[in-house]
Amino acid sequence: MAKVEFDTPEIREYPIIPMLKSDAMSHSSPFVAKPTHQEPLGFPGELVEDWQNKAIEKMGELLKKYRSLKVYMDICVKCGACTDKCHYFLGTSDPKNMPVARQDLFRKVYRRYFTFAGKYFPKLVGAEDLTEEVLEDWYKYFHQCSQCRRCSVFCPYGIDTAEVSMAAREIMDHVGKGQKYCNEIIGKVHKIGNNLGLPGPAMKATLEDLEEEMEEDYGVKIKMPIDKKGADVLLVTPSADFFAEPHIDGLMGYAKVFHEAGIDWTVSTYASEAANFGMFIGSYDQMKKVAMRIREAALELGVNRIIVGECGHAWRVAYSFWNTLIGPFDFLDPKYPAPQHICEFTLDQIEQGIIKLDKSKNDHRVVTFHDSCNVARATRMGDSPGGQFDIPRKVIQAACNNFVEMDPETTKEKTFCCGGGGGLLTDDLMELRVKGALPRMEALREVVDNHGVTNLAAICAICKAQFSKVLPYYDFPMDMITSVHQLVGDAIIITRGVENKETDEQSETVTEQ
Amino acid sequence: MLSIVLAVMFYAATLVLLLGIAYRVSVYARTPAPLKIPTMPAPTTSGGVAMRLLREVTIFESLFKSNKWIWIFAILFHFGMLLVLLRHIRYFNEPVWVWVQLIQPFGTYAGFAMLIGLLGLWVRRVFVERIRYISGPSDHLMLALLSLIAGTGLIMKFVVHTDIVALKTFTLGLLRFDIQPLPADPVLVTHLLAVILLMLVFPVSKLLHAPGVFFSPSRNQVDNSREKRHVTAWANNNAGQE
Ligand code: SF4
Ligand code: SF4
Repeated sequence: MAKVEFDTPEIREYPIIPMLKSDAMSHSSPFVAKPTHQEPLGFPGELVEDWQNKAIEKMGELLKKYRSLKVYMDICVKCGACTDKCHYFLGTSDPKNMPVARQDLFRKVYRRYFTFAGKYFPKLVGAEDLTEEVLEDWYKYFHQCSQCRRCSVFCPYGIDTAEVSMAAREIMDHVGKGQKYCNEIIGKVHKIGNNLGLPGPAMKATLEDLEEEMEEDYGVKIKMPIDKKGADVLLVTPSADFFAEPHIDGLMGYAKVFHEAGIDWTVSTYASEAANFGMFIGSYDQMKKVAMRIREAALELGVNRIIVGECGHAWRVAYSFWNTLIGPFDFLDPKYPAPQHICEFTLDQIEQGIIKLDKSKNDHRVVTFHDSCNVARATRMGDSPGGQFDIPRKVIQAACNNFVEMDPETTKEKTFCCGGGGGLLTDDLMELRVKGALPRMEALREVVDNHGVTNLAAICAICKAQFSKVLPYYDFPMDMITSVHQLVGDAIIITRGVENKETDEQSETVTEQ
Repeated sequence: MLSIVLAVMFYAATLVLLLGIAYRVSVYARTPAPLKIPTMPAPTTSGGVAMRLLREVTIFESLFKSNKWIWIFAILFHFGMLLVLLRHIRYFNEPVWVWVQLIQPFGTYAGFAMLIGLLGLWVRRVFVERIRYISGPSDHLMLALLSLIAGTGLIMKFVVHTDIVALKTFTLGLLRFDIQPLPADPVLVTHLLAVILLMLVFPVSKLLHAPGVFFSPSRNQVDNSREKRHVTAWANNNAGQE
């Protein structure tokens, strides 16, 4: 890979809106998918001959299929309210990373081919033909959007640039210009069952290792069951949880919670992935196909509940889309939300007093929480709006004595993306990822300097992977990033099976019935 | 002659405006929204969504969150215009309703609020680099057209009065399809022509944001995807299983 030299942006004491630097990121473009990545998903291997017409045709189709796209194309008034809201703009100063300018790359083509004004007065309304340069710009700048929806919060009409990016990527896939990272990964899910291409036996071996590790720590066998028929709960979690740091500590945290709660649970080798990159490429079909494995696994294993592990966009797909894509969930126990987030589950166990935490175990840490964009702006937890903010915080505060909030302009619904979401978590976009992390890093710098924060907790596999890569660029230790369930796992008091293994086995037989 | 031309143009523009908006809105209404995408946190009931939309169109809630300058100019312009429009009911209504008479004093000064709002937005469009970058000729022209309408209106009210009685005979005549002479006042004619132009471009321009905001899925959807299965035609013709 050609290494691009770039400077890490400097952390400014008073973040101000940057002046525009035209084309500052026009060299940033992810690797294009090869035929071997495209074809298994049913996309043409390379740019098709008649690509202009095919692209316009696809655009017309999407405009008829998605009200969001159609309405958003028409109603932007160019007020500029969104222009300073995107972390990629703030980190790169490239004007095409202003949300409305990003949409305009699409809108100018829409206007040219689909509107009266654009057909007859193109200059007046900035309508343009879909040329090769425009396609290049699309490829570059629709891969500089992490689909984080921050712009949508601030737009007076809720225009969500993520929807436009998804549509643009869908069109590009259909004319043969897909992105390697996403499409290769989706192929792995279809073939093997998860993004990492981790086969069943490797997963089993990993889980056995983790069981041993926990047995050494606690002297108790904390099980991590796999493909267990008739289990009560199917845990669907991002596959990064099975091998990456700090994800894996989160996975052990879930296992400890399940253990203490006396829950009979399992993971599935067939549906060993909560992530769903079908969303990133804007493909309804791919998203549905990827998600369908989970329905199939749940039916096959005969579980009563599905719980989703720590992952942002996966929770969006699960919470907002599963019911539509792979529902109805009439085969699950209606007493529980379907699906349920692991934080919802854990907090409930804590509040019921079923699991107990010793907060002092985390006293060496001062923790802050990064709201992951998809969780914050595209989902909910619990029964009332905003539960997606409160529930993870309550979990953290039940496990830690020292909790600090970052600048409220950068949390909850206003949270900044980690810089690596939306299918951009690839080495060929490293510069973009580092620069896009700037607003979050600035907010983090402030709480580290003023409040001695040592840990940045998150509930998203992508955030965790992204932060462990970019933190060092900003002179933070890479292991600052922590899974929320690692904090829980470190504080949890394991009582089951400790004094009396027999009682425990009995109680387990009871739950299994 | 002038009055006939203007009257015909008015009828045509009204037709374009109404049919155009009806058509655009019907397209929005018929286009499916296959997935639940409200910007969260979102209301969990349809009553809550109605309130959210009401706040968006009355106090410009999201705009307030993002930029106070744009917000204040937008409020001045839109509410100024609303009052001015309400005040204009008096030209189409005899005897004039009491509430229209009551807002008359506010309505006249609202014209200034409208113009200040427009000019404020325009100044930002020219001087704020980011907004200048995203502005096209049509964005400036739209502000020019609206300022022209507001400006000529204010001139007639406060500088060179036009023959209001004759104008009202003309406008009331329009309603009865009985065309009466229009005062040949250049300021008035400019005012009317600009309004006609605005009516014509409405359905093919960004002015569609007015009806469009109600169709924005990120604002008009209820957050209840776990409780209620969201189903639409093309996306769910093979519900559940493949
Ligand atoms: S905030 Fe919305 S309406 Fe305003 S420029 Fe951005 S996308 Fe357009
Ligand atoms: S969705 Fe996020 S990344 Fe994309 S334009 Fe909006 S703010 Fe930027």
